[in-house]
Amino acid sequence: MKAAIVAIASLVALTGLALLSPQWLVFMAMLALAKGVVVLGLLVLMRTGLVSFGQGLYFGIGAYAAALLSHHLHVADAAVMLLTGAAAAGLVAALLGLLLAGYRDIFFAMLSLAFSMILYGVLVKSAALGSTDGFNLHARTFFGVALAPGMERRVFLIAGAVCAVVVALLVHRLLGGHWGRLATGVRDNELRVAYLGASPYRVVYVNYLIAGALAGLGGALAALAVGHVDPEMTYWTTSGEFVFIAILGGIQSILAPFMAATIFEALRTIASQYAPNVWQMSLGLAMLAIIMFLPAGLWTLAERRRRSA
Amino acid sequence: MSAVLTAQGLQKSFGAVRAAADISLTFDPDIVVSLIGANGAGKTTFLNMVTGYLRPDSGQILFGERDIVGLSPRQITKLGISRSFQIPQLFNSLSVRENLLLAESIAATDNPRAATDEALARFELAPYAAQKAGLLPEGIRKLLDVSMALSSRSKLLLLDEPTSGVSADEKFAIMDVVMSAARIAGVTVIFVEHDMDIVARFAGRVVAFYDGSVIADGSPDTVLRAENVRRYVIGEEIPHAAA
Repeated sequence: MKAAIVAIASLVALTGLALLSPQWLVFMAMLALAKGVVVLGLLVLMRTGLVSFGQGLYFGIGAYAAALLSHHLHVADAAVMLLTGAAAAGLVAALLGLLLAGYRDIFFAMLSLAFSMILYGVLVKSAALGSTDGFNLHARTFFGVALAPGMERRVFLIAGAVCAVVVALLVHRLLGGHWGRLATGVRDNELRVAYLGASPYRVVYVNYLIAGALAGLGGALAALAVGHVDPEMTYWTTSGEFVFIAILGGIQSILAPFMAATIFEALRTIASQYAPNVWQMSLGLAMLAIIMFLPAGLWTLAERRRRSA
Repeated sequence: MSAVLTAQGLQKSFGAVRAAADISLTFDPDIVVSLIGANGAGKTTFLNMVTGYLRPDSGQILFGERDIVGLSPRQITKLGISRSFQIPQLFNSLSVRENLLLAESIAATDNPRAATDEALARFELAPYAAQKAGLLPEGIRKLLDVSMALSSRSKLLLLDEPTSGVSADEKFAIMDVVMSAARIAGVTVIFVEHDMDIVARFAGRVVAFYDGSVIADGSPDTVLRAENVRRYVIGEEIPHAAA
């Protein structure tokens, strides 16, 4: 019930933002939503105690899948692009997950990083996909309805908001029940999970799959926002950014990724405007402060306020 | 009366150490069996082979009629053999209730919430229900560990040193709770134990291990009095016959 109220309120607020705010803010909000969705997937994975330093792989696959539809198959519908992005990433995650679900800790993190860098290498080398420059995409319709020029991004933001709210509600439901406890069980004690009759491998596999599909959806959203894809999306610094946002927000609430992604994007926009040479340092200092004072993420502040209320 | 568990000719070596040298044992339903022996005698190795954690080098383990050698711990748990651990294996960041709820849900109990409430009451854990498992005193951790093992599908319950790490005055109380819960659930209990007072009080049959072999098997009275058991297991100095 509470979740439904938060969901409706977010939708109304984002729709208002999409229709009324200047283009640059619409753009920033879309990127924040896109990254929020990716980090939501990371949060699902982190429930099993695993951190992937390679979500850029699925972010890139989602973005390129959407862009290829537009560029090579001349499909210009944004809804189809979003679904294809998520599906393509989910498919690859379903395959790689078979291998990765058998690894833990640093081995899992490094192996996921390695796969993302393989894709980066392939993209950089392939001239057909624009090499390091990437290529543009154009979405002109949404569910078959033609978009008025200048309105595209506003519609995409609303579409992104609907996607984000739907997946956030699904994840909220999933983690609030048996599956959430089971994932925490895998994080705490795999031996016990096996001796209760459940398979830790399966739990990790499914959560990896969810994280991959969500990163793909986020990638497609980002591609629509920017109108361009390039190999940078799969580079390890992009993956690192997602982990950064996850730690910034914390993993207690499904709202935390979106809050943290918004703060991250705002911080970046402001910092690159006023301090273009030291914006990365300001991010670093922000991270240092978080780890020292709020090790469970910014969400602790919201929790504290609720407890004192 | 057909056997619950039958082990035939089990052998297991770790390098030069023989952890099991031709062990054959049969366990009947509803008789509480205690496995005793010094550290390294092969008791836990036996439990680990029965639960699929270790694969015997040779031999057969039958659960009812079914050969379970080569099955994984997960598959064996699903068949109805559950175990507790010498060091309790809990989900430390979950509450006591969530620990039990997770166990009952995995066991596919019809109504996991009701089963959880029942287990909380039966194991006298209700006062701790909301506490995180990581913050519990050792005796309560032991009880929670056993209560999680004893789900609705358990037929055979293996307890690895259920009272180790617990103060002497708590031991009997814990065993009373565990044994009455096992009786109500109708499961057969096999437990590894070092405290001979506990063994004498709760076991209907005692199996003594030494150096990977069974050196005595029978009622507590006979086994605990046998000379080799007193020498090798209990560690008494038994004077040699005067020359």
